[in-house]
Amino acid sequence: MSQQDPLSQKAFSAQLFRGYAAYAFGFSLLVLLLALLEIMGLARQWIGYAFLLVTVALYAAIGIMCRTSDPVEYYVAGRKVPAIYNGMATAADWMSVASFIGVAGTLYLTGYNGLAYILGWTGGYVLVALFLAPYLRKFGRYTIPDFLGARFGGHWPRMLGVVCAVLVSFTYLVAQIYGVGIITTRMTGISFELGIFIALGGVLVCSFLGGMRAVTWTQVGQYIILLIAYLVPVIWLAVKQTGEPVPQLAASAVMQQVTERERELSNDESELSVRALWQARADMMQVRESGLPATYETEKQSLRLKLLRARANDAPMGDVRLLERELASYPASVEQAQMAWSKARDDYAMRATAPQPHAEPFASRAYEAPDAVRHNFLAIVLCLMMGTAGLPHILMRSYTTPSVDAARKSVFWSLFFILLLYLMAPALAILVKFEIYSNLVGTRFAELPSWVHAWSAVDRSLLSILDLNQDGIVQLAEIQMGADVVVLAGPEIGGLPYVVSGLVAAGALAAALSTADGLLLTLSSALSHDTLFRVMSPKMGPGRRVLLSKILLLLVAFVAAWAATKTPADILFLVGAAFSFAASTFFPVLVMGVFWKGANKWGACCGMLTGLVITIVYMVQAQPWLRHWVLGISTSEPVELWWDIQPIASGVFGAPAAFVVIVVVSLLTKQKNPVTDALVDDLRLPD
Amino acid sequence: MRPIQTTPRARYWRHNVLLIVTLLCAWWLVTFVPAYFAVELSHYFIFGWPFAFWMAAFGAPLFFLLIVGVYAWCMARRDRTARRLIREDD
Repeated sequence: MSQQDPLSQKAFSAQLFRGYAAYAFGFSLLVLLLALLEIMGLARQWIGYAFLLVTVALYAAIGIMCRTSDPVEYYVAGRKVPAIYNGMATAADWMSVASFIGVAGTLYLTGYNGLAYILGWTGGYVLVALFLAPYLRKFGRYTIPDFLGARFGGHWPRMLGVVCAVLVSFTYLVAQIYGVGIITTRMTGISFELGIFIALGGVLVCSFLGGMRAVTWTQVGQYIILLIAYLVPVIWLAVKQTGEPVPQLAASAVMQQVTERERELSNDESELSVRALWQARADMMQVRESGLPATYETEKQSLRLKLLRARANDAPMGDVRLLERELASYPASVEQAQMAWSKARDDYAMRATAPQPHAEPFASRAYEAPDAVRHNFLAIVLCLMMGTAGLPHILMRSYTTPSVDAARKSVFWSLFFILLLYLMAPALAILVKFEIYSNLVGTRFAELPSWVHAWSAVDRSLLSILDLNQDGIVQLAEIQMGADVVVLAGPEIGGLPYVVSGLVAAGALAAALSTADGLLLTLSSALSHDTLFRVMSPKMGPGRRVLLSKILLLLVAFVAAWAATKTPADILFLVGAAFSFAASTFFPVLVMGVFWKGANKWGACCGMLTGLVITIVYMVQAQPWLRHWVLGISTSEPVELWWDIQPIASGVFGAPAAFVVIVVVSLLTKQKNPVTDALVDDLRLPD
Repeated sequence: MRPIQTTPRARYWRHNVLLIVTLLCAWWLVTFVPAYFAVELSHYFIFGWPFAFWMAAFGAPLFFLLIVGVYAWCMARRDRTARRLIREDD
């Protein structure tokens, strides 16, 4: 592959820098303008609309400017994205809505145990840099299945690669689109479905018109927005609490106080009384559940009776409503009652436990052994690392750099830009925790801040505060917070102006859209380039290939949007599943393809299949609702875990199995193949 | 013909693999050792944080960045010399 001449490359970089500097400046001006308007009394909803419309319009404008129908531009952005910009685009590609919103929230809720995500998602880039990125760039075609097809020969490895790429990317894409729907709904109050379709428009304008080229330059823009959106509230909060502008330093100062407060709260009289009340509720659920099926009817009867009595006695409207709602959502069958009640029992039992010390490793709830928590932590870290190094939409990014050297540097910049955000998350979690512990706990219920009402109105599972012991004062055990609240409501919790909340929502939207763009492109190129062009009609001209790819892109987008409106059961599980699939299929086969000449077609195919099958089998048998769905076994049956490892990390079983099978089968079906040897030799040389 | 092991091409690849193995060991050390012994290491403090927490939240991720940077920098230098040596060899 010829390198561009350095002079024009320098001019190109300078031009890019000017463009994006102006863009960042313009966006900051917009934020300031909205802040000014807020002071002058602009309604909150309009701030939300302004952020939504302006950012989506910006992305669309970049997309339209970069439209193309040339295959090299469409699939790999002309291979001229400088390492630093490629790094930014990869970071935006990578930063999904789950990592933008979820990481700090998970850290807030689980303390040290949540750091598994930070470790796994950053350590994976070491594997990408050492094992994959330079060689994929040296290979220099268009997609990951392309590499499998050329390295192992024949259609089988390529088609298996397509199947795996679709499986991984589609699972992940549904989660992103679902996230987009939630954010647009929160930002502006429009309906979930409409939100999904507006956002879909934003995604499509970009990837449909300009493919990888438009997506790359939009992603750079999206990264800038999501960086501003993450940094502004954290730094503001840090300065507000400690006067220290570096959030990590502020957090370490606050950490001592949080730990002290944790100790106080775990022995506080009123906290203990609330926890005892939760335990009583858990016990009641236990009694109900173990009394099934007889209790199903008796409970229903007693609920009806209560409602009748309430109506007869002219009880307050609120109480009657509550009972009516409870009766309406009463489980439809004994089976469902069992599911609902055992879940309720676990929820109550969890709320009856003392707060986990934030920095204590492997803090576990009563019913888990600390050793099991440690195993799980290590397994999740390893699985996420290998998964990161196997995600096709991230690996595809190595194709867009001008040289092998730039591909290596691009991984460095990717990790750098990802860390700019990830290193803030642990600090943000502690700062928000400090705010909650010192300001919310102990407030009178009559004086609850307005954000509490606003967010519990959005969704009870996000935030609910219940005066369980009826003393009129908020206890920590009475607060129930979902993970998403920490980032989305962080600015309001810290008492920052609403414009910062709008900014955060715009950042989350950028995170979701950029990832969705990358995934859509991976999906459509796997289907069009690898399936229709390479396998079915290799004589197709370049113009038709791009056109076909665009049509498939539309199709995939609508199928994914449809799947997202069907509300998938469990977003976190979907994301975990995507990483497990990537870890157990692409990672082993790509690494072996570069580092072992002996790996052949049959080894690769059997390895990918084995990895996939083992991962799926473990997931199905270890995830109660999935097992119920596939095999019809009741969710209350105990699950059998291998070495206490949760199904979210099932890739740790699939990946080693895939490595072993690749070696064994390749040795059994040994054959000399000079073409493959030459290809691998070439991969291993400097460009 | 010289023995295969000493051609510049083979040397380049051998050095590359050696560097990868070294860096991979470093990666393993900073990730899994502090995580495995996290409970024991929590009694030590660094910059006001318990060591295990600091390591997983800030130390290890920054070390990953260092590993990737070192690899990119070393290989860029080695590529330049290897390209010259391979040209001379051909």
